[in-house]
Amino acid sequence: MTLTAILAQQLVNGLVLGSFYALVALGYTMVFGVVKLLNFAHGDLYMVGAFGGFIALSLVSGFAGVGWLGVALAILLSMIAVGFLGVVIERIAYAPMLKAPRLSILITALAVSLVLQNGVLTLSNGQVMAFSPKLGFAGIDVFGLFINYKQIALAGTAAVLMLGLELFISRTQYGRAMRAVSVDKDMSELMGIDVNRVIALTFFVGSALAAAAGTMAGAYYGSIWYFMGFLIGLKAFTAAVIGGIGSIPGAMLGGLTLGLLESFGTQIPGIGSEWKDVFSFSVLIVVLVLKPTGLLGKSEQERM
Amino acid sequence: MAEYEPRPSAWGGLNVLLDTPAKRGIAIGCVLLVMAVAPMLFGPYATVILTNALLYSILALGLNIVVGYAGLLDLGYAAFFAVGAYAVGILTTTFGWNFWATLPVAVLAAMLAGIIIGGPTLRLRSDYLAIVTLGFGEIVRIAARNLKITGAASGITGIEQPWLFGWHIATPVDFYYVFLVLTIIGILVSVRLANSRLGRAWLYVRHDEDAAEAMGIDRVRVKLAAYVIGAIYGSIGGAFFAVNFTAISPESFSFKQSTLFLMAVILGGMGKIPGVILGAFVVVLAPELLRDLGSFRYLIFAVGLLLIMLYRPSGIWPVGNRR
Repeated sequence: MTLTAILAQQLVNGLVLGSFYALVALGYTMVFGVVKLLNFAHGDLYMVGAFGGFIALSLVSGFAGVGWLGVALAILLSMIAVGFLGVVIERIAYAPMLKAPRLSILITALAVSLVLQNGVLTLSNGQVMAFSPKLGFAGIDVFGLFINYKQIALAGTAAVLMLGLELFISRTQYGRAMRAVSVDKDMSELMGIDVNRVIALTFFVGSALAAAAGTMAGAYYGSIWYFMGFLIGLKAFTAAVIGGIGSIPGAMLGGLTLGLLESFGTQIPGIGSEWKDVFSFSVLIVVLVLKPTGLLGKSEQERM
Repeated sequence: MAEYEPRPSAWGGLNVLLDTPAKRGIAIGCVLLVMAVAPMLFGPYATVILTNALLYSILALGLNIVVGYAGLLDLGYAAFFAVGAYAVGILTTTFGWNFWATLPVAVLAAMLAGIIIGGPTLRLRSDYLAIVTLGFGEIVRIAARNLKITGAASGITGIEQPWLFGWHIATPVDFYYVFLVLTIIGILVSVRLANSRLGRAWLYVRHDEDAAEAMGIDRVRVKLAAYVIGAIYGSIGGAFFAVNFTAISPESFSFKQSTLFLMAVILGGMGKIPGVILGAFVVVLAPELLRDLGSFRYLIFAVGLLLIMLYRPSGIWPVGNRR
């Protein structure tokens, strides 16, 4: 392969990877914006979403088959189920802790993450499961660059979801309420916004996006296991920080940036794919040192 | 602001029972006596398990300084443990150093790692430290798995067990006593630190960072001190872990290890030394007792951690009198 062909291929890979990161980073950023909580369990919701999609696909395969339609339905079902799971988690674990010291909330979030991970570990016996819908290997040829239909569908779905979210946040009443709560929770409450409901909605949307990413990742890579949410949780956090945590366009931009950085970064001689993760964490640390507010984030004063 | 929390006392709720120095002395004496004769009482298998519990105690004491004293969440503590173990492993096998000469190098390496990671992130919101430490833990594990000098995935084997004044520390019982002594030193240092000027500064920063800063406490420096001291404990634990098992591999330093150390600290009660030790023993001994449950036991642990955070955030060790 020529250098241009390799770079073009990496561009496609980077965009696919970046779509996953962006979808998961959105949930991090939304929850952080509204309740100032770093939801460690978010990566695990992605993992639960993949398993949810796996189960949903086997449920709908009877009438919808295991092709494109089946996968689309599985994504939708998984999004709804995991969305509600996110709300339940918020109600049980986070709501009582929101006024507690920050360390306690962080540890609670970690505990939720471990419960989800080990719950799925127990249910799946820790096995890597094959998630293989029949989506074929067809694709199109763009100037000698082969792009799989799966990759197109994936990036397209991610784009539609992100666009939908952007419209939801900027145009609807709930979106406005969400923005208000993220600016000042107490004042929003005085203005008649049902803050609890907005928080629940935020968890629902964030978790549903993670589930969509999880199901798509399962279908794309063909396997799922209980620990798959750990790394992407870290990466998505990195993406959210690159974009500026709390900023929704920032999460999208950060996700794509990290995806591209990773896929091109591994092409640098000396940084093989085994160093990919070290590369992205180094990016995280460098961003935190040089520009902790990220690309689009507003500078934030430490709590007072 | 953070709810009222009594000044942590090592004795917690046992203050009521052990109210005089004499009674405390007797209690400590009894525990020490039992620990001293434990290898004879419980047999070789239990000795190995207890040694492991003591190792966890040392690490939990170190993590307690970061989490319990300074109120910072470290999710990659296994990284310091790994730095200590690998420093000893590499220097003794590849370069033929004496174990005792490698110890200061291991500690220095961990301190340096602590400053590199803590320096930039401690200026930011404490949430960032949690996730950066998580990333750091992964970096160290991945590096250990891919570098030639750390023996890649198979790790380092054949680490020589040390000699001390003509005593070859080799049998499990020898190591039991080594770890017992280390734990006692760790406890003494922790107690002294809690009562020092630095210890009071940690308490202050944990309760109200802004007020502490207004009072002239350099919060970044104080937090960094906690982080680096925690790193020292971790590397010493790792160094002795390496010579005890004579072989180390990257998977001994995974995220799961970090969460187990953290669980030990939280389970017993953050900031309370007997609680932390109790937590370390529970974390090591419970899987032994629950062995039949297989992977289910981790789920029990995770649910337990969640329940503790929701219903008893001060841990299972009795809470002290509100003074």
